[in-house]
Amino acid sequence: MNGNKSENINHFEKHKHSELSFLERDLTKRKIVLVGNPNVGKSLIFNELSGMNVEVSNYPGTTVEIIKGRYNNYEVYDTPGVYGVSSFNDEERVARDEILEADIIFNVIDGTHLERDLFLTQQLIDMGKKIVVFLNFMDDVRKHVIEIDIEKLSQFMGVEVIPIIAVKKVGIEKLADAITKAREGAQRDDMHKYLHSMLKMVGTQAEALLILEGDEYIAKRHGVPPGTTRDEIYIGRRNRVNYIVNQVMRDTSVKIRFSEFFSRWAIRPITGIPILIIALYLAYLFVGKFVAQDVVNLTEKQIGKEIWEPWIRDVVSTIVPVTSWLNTILVGEFGVITMTTTYLLFLLLPLVVSFYIALSLMEDSGYLPRLATMVDYTLSKIGLNGRAVIPLILGFGCITSATITTRLLSSEREKTIATALLQFVIPCSAQMAVIAALMAGAGFGAMVIYVVTIFTVLIAIGTILNKFLRGESAPLLLDLPPMRVPRITNIARKTTLRTFHFMKEAAGWFFVGALAIGIAQITGFLEFAQHALRPLTTHWLQLPPDTATAFIMGVVRRDFGAAGLYQLQLAPMQITVALITITLFVPCIASLMVMMKERGIKEGVIIWIGTWIVAFLIGGLVSQIVI
Amino acid sequence: MEKSKNTIHLIDVKTGQHLKIVSTPHGILKAQFVRLGIHEGEKVKCYEHLPGGTIVLQKNRQHIAVGHKLAKQILVEVLDGKGR
Repeated sequence: MNGNKSENINHFEKHKHSELSFLERDLTKRKIVLVGNPNVGKSLIFNELSGMNVEVSNYPGTTVEIIKGRYNNYEVYDTPGVYGVSSFNDEERVARDEILEADIIFNVIDGTHLERDLFLTQQLIDMGKKIVVFLNFMDDVRKHVIEIDIEKLSQFMGVEVIPIIAVKKVGIEKLADAITKAREGAQRDDMHKYLHSMLKMVGTQAEALLILEGDEYIAKRHGVPPGTTRDEIYIGRRNRVNYIVNQVMRDTSVKIRFSEFFSRWAIRPITGIPILIIALYLAYLFVGKFVAQDVVNLTEKQIGKEIWEPWIRDVVSTIVPVTSWLNTILVGEFGVITMTTTYLLFLLLPLVVSFYIALSLMEDSGYLPRLATMVDYTLSKIGLNGRAVIPLILGFGCITSATITTRLLSSEREKTIATALLQFVIPCSAQMAVIAALMAGAGFGAMVIYVVTIFTVLIAIGTILNKFLRGESAPLLLDLPPMRVPRITNIARKTTLRTFHFMKEAAGWFFVGALAIGIAQITGFLEFAQHALRPLTTHWLQLPPDTATAFIMGVVRRDFGAAGLYQLQLAPMQITVALITITLFVPCIASLMVMMKERGIKEGVIIWIGTWIVAFLIGGLVSQIVI
Repeated sequence: MEKSKNTIHLIDVKTGQHLKIVSTPHGILKAQFVRLGIHEGEKVKCYEHLPGGTIVLQKNRQHIAVGHKLAKQILVEVLDGKGR
């Protein structure tokens, strides 16, 4: 092997298959890009490098976050976890572009998953990028009694390999030093044969390789046809990686760890279903009971309604006369200052934070992929695969962002089904919290009717769409990351970022909504609409006429609508009917917009109108039966 | 592709059986399988055969879930107890 290596290096010298000779770079702003498979600890290393000075933005046209920081003179980028560089999905496309632009790549790999992770490492080397490999989870490697000959690994790959334990900050002091050690690795001999002709047409080795591997996007950029040699190159790379792993690693462990038991239990329905129920119950105790009732009671009622609103009302009324229309708009029943602030800060904020904590825990522990595996067959009955459990669960957070994540599903058919289910039946966190709070007052029977009804509608819509939409759904193929105890810092970071994004997006709509309702109130439109909807609300749904206001508010935002119900005096069965209707009712304007953008105007409008019909139809039917 | 009498579809394997991959579907799926280390000739174990036919494969410490439709398209050879 040594002979081959030096030949490789010579070959390099002659050909200069590297980017820097072709592209001029601004050397004052060099880019370090962190690359690795999902769940290998990239973010921890990113945080170590960039500290608090972090910018987050969405990659244009995707929900994929780009996280950018600074370290000395370098820009540091975190990328989404990928198993290889190509353009199979949004995450990969984002990672691909970051990698192509990188000056130095910090490749983080999981020491307990060398075989899987080194494929990406070898691909980065084949691309001719300058890299340093961080071998993470060395504590797990020792615990599992795996022996890795790091020096030998480094020789084979031709790059520096630094063992670290990111969570315990072991080896982190070597980060600064690592930058100077980044270099192009030992390329496979056969790569040259492939690269030779393509390089003349394209210019950079990295892009030439991706084109040879059949990457249509990069090929299009350069106006050349995508290559047809992906399978050959991939299998060659896989064989080399397997060979290296065989040479450098010895796995001698026999002991089965608790996390492995738990992993199996989470997958098998007989234990997995109880685990799911316990997980959902714990999430309910935390989000639905502790936060939605105890915390919100304090923030919304005690602080919002008793301290904040009277105070701001007094302040505003000293400037704007109480009887004027402006006063009503600003601090009236639906005032843009009073109601918006109370709903946003004292009702929604605690709910959303708690929801994102629960979600991040499920994600970081590795539970979600196992849940996806367990439910895969069941979801295939409604035309989805297990992966769809992710947008569906995210939908319990925010329908708008969940609608965008339906992109991770592979076929148009699945995207349509998942989007429809989200928009029709899944209540978002803010709405669900209000639902949970109202439900607590309505009793167990009401809850059973509610859950059964919503669930039946979900199955009905899924089954109908699965039957009538053309095509076939893509099968599940999912790598299950190891189950690990989630890190508090990571949970806190994710929760903060997501909450911030959510509040930023929600705030505007709440102001618009409050303003619209306020104007409707002054102009008398609200009364008119309540009147016009009366046959529906009072006769068909058998609810008080005021409920119409909640529905009108619900058009703006679902949670806004559910929150509107909060103010009304309703009997237990009326609560059930109102909640069923508001759950099935139209998605908020923001998610309507996103849906039309994602799925096209026609499909968006059909689904939107569909929700009106289904909501009032089902709500009314239940009402006629139970009231 | 050498077919032996032990060659069956992945969906027909039982939990705990040791397997050798004989063939996987083509295209992007194949690329994804190769990345994850599941390709022709590779030895794996059926970690779990779930009701309905979702299969979880194990290769060393790695677990990979394969949906029932995909499991019908993969040919494997069943090996004896310790992997041949």
